[in-house]
Amino acid sequence: MTHSAGDSPREFGPDLAEVFGPSQRDGGPDLVQLLTPEGERVHHPEFEVDLSAEELLGLYRDMVLVRRLDTEATALQRHGELGIWAQLLGQEAAQIGAGRALRRQDHVFPTYREHGVAWCKGIDPLDLLGLFRGVDQGAWDPAEFGFGLYTIVIGAQTLHATGYAMAMQRDGVVGTGEPDRDAAVLAHFGDGASSQGDVNEAFIFAASYNAPVVFFCQNNQWAISEPIERQTRIPLYQRALGFGFPGVRVDGNDVIATYAVTKAALQRARDGQGPTLVEAYTYRMGAHTTTDDPTRYRLSEDVENWKLKDPIARVTAYLRRMGLADEQYFTDLAAEADDLGARLREGCKALPDPRYIEGFDHVYAEQTDELVAQKAAYQAYTDSFENDQTGAAR
Amino acid sequence: MSRITLAKGLNAGLRKAMEDDPKVLLMGEDVGKLGGVFRITDGLQKDFGEDRVIDSPLAESGIVGTAVGMALRGYRPVIEIQFDGFVYPAYDQIVCQVAKMHYRSRGRSPMPMVIRIPFGGGIGAVEHHSESPEAQFAHTPGLKVVSCSNPVDGYWMIQQAIACDDPVIFLEPKRQYHADKADLDETATPAPLFTSRTVRAGTDATLVGYGPTVKTCLRAAEAAEDSSLEVIDLRTLSPLDLGPVYDSVRRTGRLVVVHEAHVNLGMGAEVAARVTEECFYSLEAPVLRVGAPDTPYPPSRVEEEYLPDLDRVLDAVDRALEY
Ligand SMILES: Cc1ncc(C[n+]2csc(CCOP(=O)(O)OP(=O)(O)O)c2C)c(N)n1
Ligand SMILES: [Mg+2]
Repeated sequence: MTHSAGDSPREFGPDLAEVFGPSQRDGGPDLVQLLTPEGERVHHPEFEVDLSAEELLGLYRDMVLVRRLDTEATALQRHGELGIWAQLLGQEAAQIGAGRALRRQDHVFPTYREHGVAWCKGIDPLDLLGLFRGVDQGAWDPAEFGFGLYTIVIGAQTLHATGYAMAMQRDGVVGTGEPDRDAAVLAHFGDGASSQGDVNEAFIFAASYNAPVVFFCQNNQWAISEPIERQTRIPLYQRALGFGFPGVRVDGNDVIATYAVTKAALQRARDGQGPTLVEAYTYRMGAHTTTDDPTRYRLSEDVENWKLKDPIARVTAYLRRMGLADEQYFTDLAAEADDLGARLREGCKALPDPRYIEGFDHVYAEQTDELVAQKAAYQAYTDSFENDQTGAAR
Repeated sequence: MSRITLAKGLNAGLRKAMEDDPKVLLMGEDVGKLGGVFRITDGLQKDFGEDRVIDSPLAESGIVGTAVGMALRGYRPVIEIQFDGFVYPAYDQIVCQVAKMHYRSRGRSPMPMVIRIPFGGGIGAVEHHSESPEAQFAHTPGLKVVSCSNPVDGYWMIQQAIACDDPVIFLEPKRQYHADKADLDETATPAPLFTSRTVRAGTDATLVGYGPTVKTCLRAAEAAEDSSLEVIDLRTLSPLDLGPVYDSVRRTGRLVVVHEAHVNLGMGAEVAARVTEECFYSLEAPVLRVGAPDTPYPPSRVEEEYLPDLDRVLDAVDRALEY
């Protein structure tokens, strides 16, 4: 194709209307979907999964409970118990599908919104609240849970994930054929993050070394106020091809499809076949965080449309239609969610404040004399207040 | 005359700069429709269009790097970095490219760029949202670094920074954005950008702050019962304008420098060294620094223990006076 100077810019590159227009609004023809928004089980030639009723109910329960966790945390922020909260509302299926596709030996590198994946990895939700309450910066041990600390600097963790996967290669836990041994890394990031240099470098490294990492992008259509069109002119999953590995777009509001696709991608990685980009096509139903006001930049009409694709409602419909769960099941689950909510409400308020002075002990692995002296001076200074009953140092 | 917050002052200053010079562009994450997460650019895209108020992809190195290109073609980009902790992906562009362009082109390629950074703590945020990276930029030749402390300075200093032909790192104390109001007289003549200012007269000791700590120093000076404290707002960190500080120290003999950044190799160290050289025989006590210990910024529930407050400032004043 040649272009003369007078050509309209439209002829260069893809037409935005084709990439983001009506034909793509529901994810386009390449979207992998196994459960429609109406709750109808459909099939896909490449990705299939045989879920028992029990497994499906498990995924459903997870989604219901993490939604409650999210609602509860949002309310706690409103009551001043959390400084801020990053809501996962609408992304339950993407996170639970991905989280349940993991094996114990797999390792996760999350952003700040991966509450559902954290749940699957066994992190106590109270530990998530602690970070947003401001009592710590991540109370869990990443090595113990196979779940890294939340990463706020956009995109940074994708490189860590790639390096971790390269280390797995060196440890001989990739492609051995032993199901309990072979491991992979799941790297989370958002549509906005896909613009960062770090993320693009992670793609390069992962491709170059054929690292066992699955890049899991939750395209929730927004990076705070910026729509996906600001970050890309082709569907995100198609970027993978340019880096030399496969990309798949999955219905991120379909827990069965997300589970199936992530499972396949992780297995590919564990088998030594290298990275995959999974674009979970979803929507951020809430605000970016509790400090954000989305009415300033997006139409409520869009939100209403996405409500029809709710990740939980479609499974409810399916379970009912297939007779996989009776009313008692739903009542019990609602009660379980209430219990979780109560536990979080009380637990959050009871989280002890940290002592700033303890921070001096965690800066280095090998403590320095300088910092020991600073800590002592700090202690002496705070002690001087306790000696002075007026509460001021003068 | 109008009564404005710092956020409003900056917004009005940006608007004025854009009206005065069509080459002024704003660029950053969420600066358009949203008006920035702190609403500093509120309404500007609506009035000046998407060509001049640019919502950028989420990539700080990309923002600064492309701004270099625009500056090379005669534009005056004003960049917003969303939070202090997110400037580092652009650090390479700022330190290796922006800072050195004028020097290595021997003046043929000036870099009239402003990089606005909301900085400092005290807003109850999660990590990377409360940092004070000023020394990292002031340490780099080729960059100018300023910080406004109040609404009126916000209005004037942002315009002056934009008019400056050098790259300016413009540090905005985010805790103050929506805090205090002040009267702005748009017809007044502002002090030159790269000057410090004495904001309170006193005789016993000198307090020096900038950005968020000017208020801390002023409150300390008011609270000090037995001593009269002079307060100086540095305003400019690179170049430093220490004339008013030297004058003051020659009278008071005592100096306490206050910043939220780490004491170790912070701005206070430079001020102390220069004051020691210039005013050695006037000093009655060593120059003292109040700032953060050498730990990373703590979880927000204890941030007030980490940030310099009135008591820590007065404690240092007492130590200087007792010396
Ligand atoms: C390096 C960096 N720049 C800016 C920010 C501020 N910020 C926090 S979240 C966010 C948007 C992220 O969008 P996306 O990657 O799509 O993830 P989402 O929040 O939608 O899950 C921005 C700009 C940041 N945390 N880190
Ligand atoms: Mg997003």
